[in-house]
Amino acid sequence: MSTETLRTLLNGLPGVDQVGLEARAASLGTRSIKTDSKKWAIDLAISMVDLTTLEGADTPGKVRALASKAKNPDPTDPTCPATAAVCVYPDLVAVAKQTLGAAPINVAAVATAFPSGRAALDIKLADTQDAVEAGADEIDMVIDRGAFLAGDYTRVHEEIVAVKEACGPAHLKVIFETGELQTYDNVRKASWLAMDAGADFIKTSTGKIQPAATLPVTLLMLEAVRDYRLATGKQIGVKPAGGIRTSKDAIKYLVVVNEIAGEDWLSPDWFRFGASTLLNDLLLQRQKLTTGAYSGPDYVTLD
Amino acid sequence: MAFEYSPAPESRSIVDLKSSYGLFIDGEFVEGTGSTFKSISPSTEEVLAEVTEGSAADVDRAVKAARKAFGPWSKMPGGERAKYLYRIARIVAERSREFAVLETLDNGKPIKETRDVDIPLVSQWFFYYAGWADKLAYAGLGPNPKPLGVAGQVIPWNFPLMMLAWKVAPALAAGNTVVLKPAETTPLTALLFAEVCQQADLPRGVVNIVTGAGATGQAVVEHPDVDKVAFTGSTAVGKAIARAIAGTDKKATLELGGKAANIVFADAPLDQAVEGIVNGIFFNQGHVCCAGSRLLVQESVYDEVLERLKRRMSTLRLGDPLDKNTDIGAINSAEQLARIKALVKVGDDEGAERWSAPCEIPDNGFWFAPTVFTGVSQAHRIAREEIFGPVLSVLTFRTPSEAIEKANNTPYGLSAGVWTEKGSRILAMADRLRAGVVWANTFNQFDPASPFGGYQESGYGREGGRHGLAAYLEGAPS
Amino acid sequence: MSERVEVRKTHKLYIGGAFPRSESGRTFEALDAKGTFLANMAKGSRKDARDAVRAARSAQSGWAGRTPYNRGQVIYRIAEVMEDRRDQLVEQLRAVGSTPKQASTAVDLTVDRIVWYAGWADKFVQVLGNANPVSSPFFNLSSPEPTGVVAVLAPSDPLLGLVSTILPAVVTGNAVVVVADESAPIPAVTLAEILATSDVPGGVINVLTGSAAEIGPWLASHMDVNGIDLAGAGDDAKDLEIASAENLKRVRRRAAEDWTAEPDLTRLAQWTETKTVWHPIGV
Repeated sequence: MSTETLRTLLNGLPGVDQVGLEARAASLGTRSIKTDSKKWAIDLAISMVDLTTLEGADTPGKVRALASKAKNPDPTDPTCPATAAVCVYPDLVAVAKQTLGAAPINVAAVATAFPSGRAALDIKLADTQDAVEAGADEIDMVIDRGAFLAGDYTRVHEEIVAVKEACGPAHLKVIFETGELQTYDNVRKASWLAMDAGADFIKTSTGKIQPAATLPVTLLMLEAVRDYRLATGKQIGVKPAGGIRTSKDAIKYLVVVNEIAGEDWLSPDWFRFGASTLLNDLLLQRQKLTTGAYSGPDYVTLD
Repeated sequence: MAFEYSPAPESRSIVDLKSSYGLFIDGEFVEGTGSTFKSISPSTEEVLAEVTEGSAADVDRAVKAARKAFGPWSKMPGGERAKYLYRIARIVAERSREFAVLETLDNGKPIKETRDVDIPLVSQWFFYYAGWADKLAYAGLGPNPKPLGVAGQVIPWNFPLMMLAWKVAPALAAGNTVVLKPAETTPLTALLFAEVCQQADLPRGVVNIVTGAGATGQAVVEHPDVDKVAFTGSTAVGKAIARAIAGTDKKATLELGGKAANIVFADAPLDQAVEGIVNGIFFNQGHVCCAGSRLLVQESVYDEVLERLKRRMSTLRLGDPLDKNTDIGAINSAEQLARIKALVKVGDDEGAERWSAPCEIPDNGFWFAPTVFTGVSQAHRIAREEIFGPVLSVLTFRTPSEAIEKANNTPYGLSAGVWTEKGSRILAMADRLRAGVVWANTFNQFDPASPFGGYQESGYGREGGRHGLAAYLEGAPS
Repeated sequence: MSERVEVRKTHKLYIGGAFPRSESGRTFEALDAKGTFLANMAKGSRKDARDAVRAARSAQSGWAGRTPYNRGQVIYRIAEVMEDRRDQLVEQLRAVGSTPKQASTAVDLTVDRIVWYAGWADKFVQVLGNANPVSSPFFNLSSPEPTGVVAVLAPSDPLLGLVSTILPAVVTGNAVVVVADESAPIPAVTLAEILATSDVPGGVINVLTGSAAEIGPWLASHMDVNGIDLAGAGDDAKDLEIASAENLKRVRRRAAEDWTAEPDLTRLAQWTETKTVWHPIGV
């Protein structure tokens, strides 16, 4: 796509009114999800978690513990679903893969000079290939926010295309770092740009920048995937990441998925939570619903 | 996978309904001299309570109490009056859940709305006007503006307690006393408000509440010792009131009907515009005088807007108003439902194309699914008459001038909406729209600091803000 | 040599910037304070009132669309032209019973009143409107806008009262149809001539002479009139108010008024509608 065509496409998208968008998100946030629907939503949310550790201090031991948790989030309850994936740096993909074994849990790797994305394209591609070769099923790349904010949409687009190619069979999630894009108009543009360039998922944040995922920004990205499917027939997934810590929050996101994109997206194939501490809160709530009594942190595993 | 929301009903046990209610006159509940009528829940048709039909004699008693209270109340230092109003604001907030549930029971509107909009605004309204009570000299009417006297206030059923607050708070802040007549179908929160007045130790006679129907309201309006009439309701009744007070010294504020245009340009923020369209006409089941009941869409985005609108309407949840997930509650009365159905039939007969959101309609109670008419022109009755229900008429336009021309082509002039991302166009449109409230890139926003009221047959006077205060002081027009 | 025969003026109506006779062909006699014939006046009819309303309606939006500075200048210009014709007005007031001093004072006050109102054109919006501090992320502004077409039944003070009822409506951007006091209509015709030779666009002020009792009901019931000032209404004021209810005209009731005192702002406010505009504040 030529620079001009791309610019025209992105500038032709309808604007986003911040106040209206945030009011809509807040309104959906007041949905009251109780009893059976809550139970259902919590299990769904667990199955959508990309259980994540992205620290400089990550070790094989830490990643093994995380992967074990992903397979079996609640050791006391075999009916508890597994998470969708574990998400690690590329150098720890092999460890994660090995721990997960045959379990139907994906390994996602952040690549492309995560989290800043400030590296030459060939380095980003090498980073990606490294992760894929180590067995990553999913690649979470970051866009070049500098290029995006400078208006060089073509460069951002081309990078995504190149990374997508480097992914081979691996699914590509494209991280916008919405906290750095700042405006909702930019998020809408980035969404269409990434979808056009071949993203399988669009993802809000690295978790390293505040604000990370928010309900309105996720709502906006869900509108984008909904509209993109209407326009092209192609379904894209959405992953909010960072800052979602409670079951209550997670359920709000699921309500937004349900009422904005629709039930076709209510599946780990199309919606993920990038999170770490969220999982334990989901488990505590799950226990409360099972036993009727409030649970406590000593009854979930700290990994 | 379908995400079914389990029922999430708000408990009604917080409301302690009496089997029958008297009138609130001179600080206490008293028996009326007239007959009684029943207030029912529009969502179940269950009888909630017996309510007194205030007679002319009862109204006279209430006006006398208000007159007696007026002297001391108006002479009380404004700062002291303020403290009573602040008390009321706080007590309403403390008892907000009780009010919300009762309002939902009596009116049929969703608990989500009473809980998040109506009742919080009521408390805010009293808090706002409380602060004016000792600052009347700064209202722009001279150094020492005087209250008018006894205000006779007649309010509608669509926002029962909120309309009470809009009327009572500024009246009291300015030093007037009031006789208020709640709507026939929704008297209960006003009666609970009377208890709040008692809890606040508001001096006797400052607020009097006389329930009843049209005749009671007429007695309030026409009582010779009433100095100010404030009415919210239909344009037909508003005109009757204007005739009734002709030749007297009574001042009046009339908030009447509307047929607001909600104008969507091709460059609008479309998702938010769709929300605004939905909020504009389906908020409160369309029982809103400023509802955006005429959608004017620029032809170039007509298909896209309609597709998005219908998809959005399909997610509206109609049902038990006490369920926290209900978006669309019950129509307030059988009579109103019949009126809506009659006008919808007119729309059908006139050849407009009707589409309704797929909703399951409960067996009991009064319900109407969110409905949109397309292929409507200015000549259709459904484009001209106020339906006061969840029914949207969609028209198209090509140019800004055409939009203005169509929007203003109505005897009403209460509100209007404009949706475009172009700032200069918003200002030009806002300038040319003949409406008392113009919502640009939003709709149905209310705030006690913001004046509300219409042009032409939508009535006169303003409620809210400094202007709303002035309506209860000498030195302001009408 | 015979004395020169004076050329007398035909007194006509002032509608849409032109001076037509009444379509009805009727006249009435203007008399002086002693009951002596002064002139035949055009006796405006309901159809003349209708034409005047039409002229006012078509002039109103253009007038309201002028810049406030321009409206102020146009109104100030009325004072300039009136000052120039003060002797004529003094004489006309004397003819209907004012002493020379009274007449002179009345003209002075009238010219000064016009200047006073001219200065409001670019200020009343600031004084009657305001920003509203709403508790949600919205820009919120209330401004007074013209009500539209305003009918005025002018009070019996034939010049100062006339001008004091017309101008508050005009300065705020309305267009006016005024029915001059029947007992002393000549100054109203002079005012019309002053308007015609100043810069007031045709139709913004329309002056009818005739019977308020006859024309008033037609204006009160006219569905395209938005407001009515009953300052000069007779005993039918209540009926006029009742008729005005049909389209909910804004009604200014009769009241005892001292035209010589500096006006308050209630007439300015009376002929405006507060429009409140909301807009989200977001990036």
